Amino acid sequence: MIRKLMASAAIAAVAAFGASAQTYVLEGKKVWTGTDAGTIDNGVVVIRNGTIMAVGPSATTKPEGAEVISAEWVTPGLISAFSRTGIIEVDAEDSTNDAVAALSGFSASLDASDGFNPDDTAVDVSRLGGVTRVAVAPQPSTNLFAGQGFIADTTGSQETDIKPDAFTFITLGEGGAGLAGGSRPAAWAQLRAALDDARAYPTRYIAGGEGDVLSRRDAEALAPAARGRQLILIDARSATDLNAVMDLAESNRNLKFAILGADEGWRVADRLAKLKIPVIVYGFANLPVSFAQLAATQENAARLDEAGVQVAIVNLDDSTHMARLMTQIAGNAVANGMDWNDAMKALTVTPASIYGLSGYGILAPGAHADVVAWDGDPLEVTTNADAVFIDGEPQDMTSRQTELRDRYLSLEQTDRPYAYVKP
Amino acid sequence: MKRRNWVALAAGAIFLAACGGSGEGDGPAIKPFTPNEPFDPDPYPSTYSAYPNAPVLITNATILDGEGARIEDGSLLLQDGKVAAIGADLEVPEGATVIDAEGRWVTPGIIDNHSHLGAYPSPSVSAHQDGNEVSGPVTAEVWVEHGIWPQDPGFDRALAGGVTSLQVLPGSANLFGGRGITLKNVASRTVQGMKFPGAPYTLKMACGENPKRVYGYGNGGFPGGAPYSRMGNMAGYRAAWIKAAEYKRKWDKYSAEGGEMPSRDLELDTLAGVLAGEILVHMHCYRADEMAQIMDMSKEFGYKVTAFHHAVESYKIADKLADYGACSSMWADWWGFKMEAYDGIPENIPMVHNAGACAIVHSDSDIGIQRLNQEAAKAWADGKRVGIDVPIEEAWEWLSLNPAKSLGIDSRTGSLKPGKMADVVIWSGNPFSVYTKADQVFIDGALMYDRSDNSVRPVRDFELGQPGEGDMK
Repeated sequence: MIRKLMASAAIAAVAAFGASAQTYVLEGKKVWTGTDAGTIDNGVVVIRNGTIMAVGPSATTKPEGAEVISAEWVTPGLISAFSRTGIIEVDAEDSTNDAVAALSGFSASLDASDGFNPDDTAVDVSRLGGVTRVAVAPQPSTNLFAGQGFIADTTGSQETDIKPDAFTFITLGEGGAGLAGGSRPAAWAQLRAALDDARAYPTRYIAGGEGDVLSRRDAEALAPAARGRQLILIDARSATDLNAVMDLAESNRNLKFAILGADEGWRVADRLAKLKIPVIVYGFANLPVSFAQLAATQENAARLDEAGVQVAIVNLDDSTHMARLMTQIAGNAVANGMDWNDAMKALTVTPASIYGLSGYGILAPGAHADVVAWDGDPLEVTTNADAVFIDGEPQDMTSRQTELRDRYLSLEQTDRPYAYVKP
Repeated sequence: MKRRNWVALAAGAIFLAACGGSGEGDGPAIKPFTPNEPFDPDPYPSTYSAYPNAPVLITNATILDGEGARIEDGSLLLQDGKVAAIGADLEVPEGATVIDAEGRWVTPGIIDNHSHLGAYPSPSVSAHQDGNEVSGPVTAEVWVEHGIWPQDPGFDRALAGGVTSLQVLPGSANLFGGRGITLKNVASRTVQGMKFPGAPYTLKMACGENPKRVYGYGNGGFPGGAPYSRMGNMAGYRAAWIKAAEYKRKWDKYSAEGGEMPSRDLELDTLAGVLAGEILVHMHCYRADEMAQIMDMSKEFGYKVTAFHHAVESYKIADKLADYGACSSMWADWWGFKMEAYDGIPENIPMVHNAGACAIVHSDSDIGIQRLNQEAAKAWADGKRVGIDVPIEEAWEWLSLNPAKSLGIDSRTGSLKPGKMADVVIWSGNPFSVYTKADQVFIDGALMYDRSDNSVRPVRDFELGQPGEGDMK
């Protein structure tokens, strides 16, 4: 429900300051803040100029002229900690797939943000699912080094806020072994040599010198990560592979790591916690799909969380089109023992923390106004987003999917073909 | 006069009424080969029979009977493998176990009519890719049951999600992928020990992108072979049906008049079985326009498509599907991974239901099969937001009764009607909530899964001696 407080004043404000000056009040029967304020019953969130001005109980002062939106639940916008949204339109059509580059001569320097297209239909679908930011990585193509990942909002605008070079993405485990030439020893040899190449950049490349593994451009791109100035996200699944990554972390204390997958993470949870290595898990993984996932269980997220590991939850099964299923996956993590509040953090606070996105993933005064109004518990499968705000702006809630739906919602015969039904 | 069975529909069915056998060991006697028939139509018969269990009375439950009714504070009696009674107050039979299901929900077991468990099992290693005979576009001669590994841990995960029966299908590379099989979701040393006794055989066919990609663009060359286009797909089906019709004519003539026995062809056995109405066609088809072509083709050759699978555009022609009488077997929300999935929408299932057509929630996934109730719930809620308000008790038909119909087993399972197989799930709460889990799963009245009792949770051979053995998965 949307209503105006003193509508005339609101119009005047818009006229004076432009659209961004509009003030919005979101009322939620439950407002989950992601902060020590916890969940506020009958709470209020005030947004102005792209920023959250106030979060509090129903008595919180509501500015005159504000547009008021009432919902069952209000939460921070969700942040998908790992996705391919915006770099793939249709996976099977190479011409629309900018995630993979099997014939490229480059690797670590491939910058996924060069492939981001805000017009991709999955951007709208993700936004309608309450996802306001996505961390997007390229897919490894010719070696372990997939390239540079970025963070983008899901406005779908050509002025999308993109934070490039947010992390370097590397694949180890079975996938890395295959990419590096056929074995884990080959993968580790490549990784160690590449880190040395990157650390030696630019010195060794001056005067025409070459790296052992990386070309000059790839070494340049990996250098910040190799020197501890950029996050290294590593795909690894088994306890053994995770221990190998942690060995690397222990002998390179200056490097910053996060792990994607970690299906057997619960077996090494205490060590992950001790080394403060966050994990991004696909909570549905509970099958021995490979010999690197034998002990996969849906209780992984809960057990890691319990051990004090920072856990983000994502959908790795079509992360392009279905990043939004992170809520269902987090709900299942709760059904499998995870604390509900921590499961919510796994979709908001924790991804923001992993990528150093200060002021995102929470509802607090001064935070970025990425906010979602829901028609129920956000982790429930029967819940949908009613309204989405990104940087304080209310977002369009239509997508190609809603248009198709509305065209065919009634199949009553008309006197013209369906192509004339324009929702 | 000789009579020719294309498949044995009834083999084993009679024996199901017999009370608790010992399952895979001493299964029912199979229909013997008789000299009156030229060959055995059921050479790999089911050896499954219900496992023994004392009568079970479930009380105080919210019961969805699977046929549109909801009973609050209901009771359900499972006896001799069957649903014996359903109602408000039932008497406790002697020796019965009473389960107080206060606050919990009871439904028919979920039936997934699109799975590749066992054929594409876990671990998904190269040696285990047994779900697609990619060697040619028409491989109606293969039977998926010959490629199923009964030690796939995926079956156990599906059981924990309340799945009591499933259809395993060959993959969709081929125009004709081969015969599918309906299984009871019971652990067994053999596939025969899982086969749903007396379920009709099915035939997997595929439309669209997959066959033309695999064959037309395949084999590393350009062009690969036929089919290269959707035109080639249609020509490939039609050529095969023409051969099958001729084959069937020869056998029908031989059955009626005797003479020299025609030579036998495994591929045409199956296709002729379809033309005889004994084998049910399950066809992978995404696009609305393609489904319309296929419906016409089925009329051209005199058979019927039982269910279109994936059917992401069924919402565009739900009226036509209702008129024709085909089910749509659908995901809740998959879309976009290839062009023929580009128009997928989350309201597909409720929109098909709303048009009076048969809607089914399927998985095609070893992950999705574990929570088909949630998939239905998403579709149900998305329908509600656009004014398609289906009661939960009616929506449950997407999960049990409609898939049972599509597999020709609805007179025996798929709802909690007295006399039907006691395939039953007790849920910890409303099964349309993400927080709800299957507490207990009964198959033919036998408790085969209990979330709170490690001794009633199966562990397949593959997981023995491995990390995580016997863990809560």
